[in-house]
This record gives sequence, C-alpha cells and structure tokens, in this order.
Amino acid sequence: MFEIFGIPSQALFGQLLIGLINGSFYALLSLGLAVIFGMLNIINFSHGAQYMMGAFAAYLILQYSGLGYWPALIIAPILVGATGIIVERLFLQWLYKLDHLYGLLLTFGLALIFEGVARNYFGSAGLPYTVPESLQGGRNLGFMFLPNYRAWVIVASLTVCIATWFVIERTRLGAYLRAATENPTLVRAFGINVPRMITLTYGFGVALAAFAGVMAAPIYNVSPQMGSELIIVVFAVVVIGGMGSILGAIITGFGLGVIEGLTKVFFPEASNTVVFVIMAIVLLVRPAGLFGRRG
Amino acid sequence: MERVLDPLTRKPSALRAHGQTIGFAVMVIALVVAPFVTYPLFVMQAMCFALFACAFNLLIGYVGLLSFGHALYFGWASYLSAYSAKVWGFPPELAILTGTATGAVCGLIAGSLAIRRQGIYFAMITLALAQMMYFFAVQAKFTGGEDGIQAVPRGHLFGLIDLRNEMAMYALVLVIFLGGFMFIYRIIHSPFGEVLKAIRENETRAISLGYKTDRYKLVAFILSATLAGTAGATKAIVLQLASLTDVNWPMSGEVVLMTLVGGLGTIFGPVAGAFVILAMQFKLAPIGEWVLVIQGAIFVACVLLFRRGIVGELAHLLRIRL
Repeated sequence: MFEIFGIPSQALFGQLLIGLINGSFYALLSLGLAVIFGMLNIINFSHGAQYMMGAFAAYLILQYSGLGYWPALIIAPILVGATGIIVERLFLQWLYKLDHLYGLLLTFGLALIFEGVARNYFGSAGLPYTVPESLQGGRNLGFMFLPNYRAWVIVASLTVCIATWFVIERTRLGAYLRAATENPTLVRAFGINVPRMITLTYGFGVALAAFAGVMAAPIYNVSPQMGSELIIVVFAVVVIGGMGSILGAIITGFGLGVIEGLTKVFFPEASNTVVFVIMAIVLLVRPAGLFGRRG
Repeated sequence: MERVLDPLTRKPSALRAHGQTIGFAVMVIALVVAPFVTYPLFVMQAMCFALFACAFNLLIGYVGLLSFGHALYFGWASYLSAYSAKVWGFPPELAILTGTATGAVCGLIAGSLAIRRQGIYFAMITLALAQMMYFFAVQAKFTGGEDGIQAVPRGHLFGLIDLRNEMAMYALVLVIFLGGFMFIYRIIHSPFGEVLKAIRENETRAISLGYKTDRYKLVAFILSATLAGTAGATKAIVLQLASLTDVNWPMSGEVVLMTLVGGLGTIFGPVAGAFVILAMQFKLAPIGEWVLVIQGAIFVACVLLFRRGIVGELAHLLRIRL
C-alpha cells in the first residue's frame, strides 16, 4: 500500500480499472455507431437497446439451453446481429433517401420497443449473471488486486476493436466498405452488391453492441435499462471523437473511460457528468471534434 | 406545380383562404368548452404539453434542428418555478416568469454549444447536455431528488385571484397557452421566421445571401427553450409538482413524439399531437410498461408511413396550410 496525491493506491488503481472497463464499452459501442453511420448515414439510437439485448440473450441462452458464457459470447452476437439484419431490411432501408433525422427517430422508437418488451417480461430489477468459472478469482499485482474477468474484458474489447480497425482500414473488404461510404453508385457500377453490404454492416454493428452486452452481463446486472443510460454517454463520446475515424473512436472511448474513473477518485460528485463537461469544452475549443472532419 | 393543374384550387373556398383562422377558432372554442365536458386538470396538463410541443416544433419544423434534449428547459423551468413558489413564496405569475427565465438562460448556454455542429450531431449534443443537467438535478439538494418538489402552492394570481379554484387556474393556463401559441405564430410569419425557413431549406445559400445563420439559429433556439420553460413552469403550478420525470430523457422523447404524431412543421400539429399522446397515456395507464412499446411502435409507424402527422395529412387532404 502506498499513496498517490493522498489517495491510497488501491482506490486509485481500482477506479482506473473500472474506468478502463467502462472505456471498453464506450469504445465498442462508439465503434459500432461509427461503422453504422459511415455506411447507412443513420445514427443508431437503438444501439444501447441492442447492447441490452446481447446481455439478455446470454442470460436466456443460459436459462433455456444451459450453455454458459463462452458459447453465449459467440451465439448472442450472431442472434442479435440477425435481428439487426431483419430491422435493416424491414425498416431502415426505406429511410436512406430521407433526412438523417428520420433514422434517428425510427431507431429511437425501436429502442423504446425493445426496452419496453424487456421490462414487461423481466421487470426493472437486474438479473444476475455469474462470471464464467475459468475467469473467476484474480491476481494480486502488488499494488492492486486484478480480477481475472475484468482483465479479460479489457483485453477482449481491445482485440475486437483493433481487429475491426484492421478489417476496415487494411483489407480488401474494408476497402470496398470505405469506397461504398464515399460513393455507393460508383462502387455498384463495379459490380459490388452495395445494398447487401449495407445490410451486413448494420448486422455487424449491432453484433458488436451485443458482444459488449454479453461481456457486460457478469459485471453489471442484466437489466432492461442498462442500455439507455449508456447510449447517451456514448453519444457524447462520439461527439467528442467525431465519427470520421475508427481509431479515433477507440482512443476516445478508452480515454474517456479512464478520465471518468479518475474523476471518481478525486471528485466523485462529478463522475456522472464529466464526459458531458468534456464534450462541452471540446465543442468550444475544437467544434469538429478531436478526430472529426468539420460537419 | 401540381396544385395549379388541380381543378379544386381554381375556386378558392372560404376554407382554403382562411384555413388557419378557422383552425384557430375551432381550437379556441374547443378549449373553452373542454373543461365543462372533460377533466379540467387533464386539459390544463395537455395545454402545457401542447405549448411545450409547439416550442419544440419551432426548432424542428421551421429551422430543421432536431433537439433531443428539450426536457432540460421544461424540467429545470418546472423546478425553479416550483421552488420559487414554495420556498421563496413567489406569487404564481412571478414563479412562472422565473421558470421562463430559467428556460431562456439554459437555452442560451446549451444553444450556443449545440449550434456549433449540424444535423445528427446537434441532436446528440442537445441530448447529452440535457442528460448532464438531469444528473445535476439528481444530485442538487433543492430539487428534492427522487421525491421532487411536492405540494407547490398555486397561490393568488396578482394577489387577487385564488388559483385553487379550478376554473381560475384553467383560465390562466388557457391565456398562457394561447399567448404562447400566437407568439410562435407571429415568429413564424415574421421576416425573422422567413429567414429561419430559408436556413431550413438551404443553409449554405442563406449564408451566401449574407445572413449570419448561426445567430438566427441561436435566437430561434433561445425562443424555443424559453417557451418550453413557460410550459414547464406553468405545469409545475398546475400539478403542484416538479420531479425528475420532467428533466429525464424520456420526456425529451415524448415531446418529439407529440410533434411527430401531430405533424412536423405545422402550426396546429403539436397541439393535436400533445392531446392525442396524453389521452393515450391516460387510457393506457393500466397496462403499465406496454405504453413504452406502443409509443415506440407509433414512432416507427409515423416515420415509415405517416411522416406528415395528423394535421399534416389533414392539411394535405384539404389542400390548405394548417
């Protein structure tokens, strides 16, 4: 035990860890929002609800088929991603020619439906989901105690974020995607099925949210409103980072999580609002966002 | 262009020439009769929400700015109005003015931040700022946390009229609502309002014509927030309650829904939408959380099939402006 700025190291590193965990979720969700916005030009307001659906999918998979955390980590994102594909085909595809705002309104409506249905069937209280056996316990690093599961969440989300960045920025598939974002008509003329690409992009973005939801299930309780509060913070993260850059979204997500964690140590009253305050400051100093292009 | 070819438009009828006047007359008569046929408290509450929705519509319908955080102005005005009436002993007219001023100040601050970005970012910024102020409301002592500010005295208007009398209260709310409604009508039909519409249609072009569009947008934002404040402040006096519900994000969503259902960019739409949505909430109260699902479904249906809203459809059918 030692002290830093009069704060016991345990508390400081503990909050830093929580900050990194929150940051992982901010990064995963804002990454999904950015990918979806790039292709569909829609801000996916139901992203929080789809994160919640991921957590509930893991819970239900455990209840009804007895499959635990590891299978759920694969199956839940696929299932929720599939519902995303249905949503895109049924609803979103009709909106691309309209003002962006209609996409926001429609996905807001979907978020209300998803959250309402979850509340009806599961109530507002949280449901517990236990940490998988292989990740229980933790290790003492000397200056702090590190639970294994939390270490896993940080590593896994970093890996997924970087893999997504790699696919979009460094592979042929990603090149098609970026090209279709810039000029869909021209990309179609080259014989690439852009509408299908759009559908799959939305499915992938939603699956990312669900993946975050499954990882969140053992940390927070599984509850219907877990997504709606998170998504508003993620919006602020997106405003700060700007949606133009994938790497920017990842860095901003983790960075803000850490800042939030540190605020909890030094000035706990402001920990809920610090992200919004930073957003206001960024808007004053750099209106286009840290990594954004003007617009 | 189609309209010129239409045989109907060749004979201008009284309805077509005076659509808005007739609509206004119908609305006033309905609101004067309403307290005698239904619950006055319900109609008062609906009028507060109608003014709130009209204020919101000023931004989305006439400047094309979607604010997803209007609960901030409504809710904080409601708190300050309730607090000043209960703790400082302000008479109702001063309490409502205090709330209105709160809306204006919040609008000035939030607006000058939000107009720095366009479109989708504007919506996210307003939502985030509103959420920040929601957390302040949760933590601040004077808001009473989960309990809110209860048992706010209605007091005596100008020290004379006892507002505990339901009809006196009703008359005051009616005057405030109609005053706010006509003020918005005036704004929309003024040269200032024409510039706002020009910004909505093509901001770049408005800038090239020499308009400082940011200033116009900010003034419109402040006006909208101020009137939302009036609505929230009046609501606090009517229901004698200010609570966290008024500042939380679902309230911001509700005012969007009311305006969307009634008709974006129509004068009467937000009023119709507010009455429809509130009536629905009252009727559906027994089924609990399903209300949320139904509201979501209405959002989806409106966006996909019914973008003009009730009043917008009606105006389209009758080929008039409402």
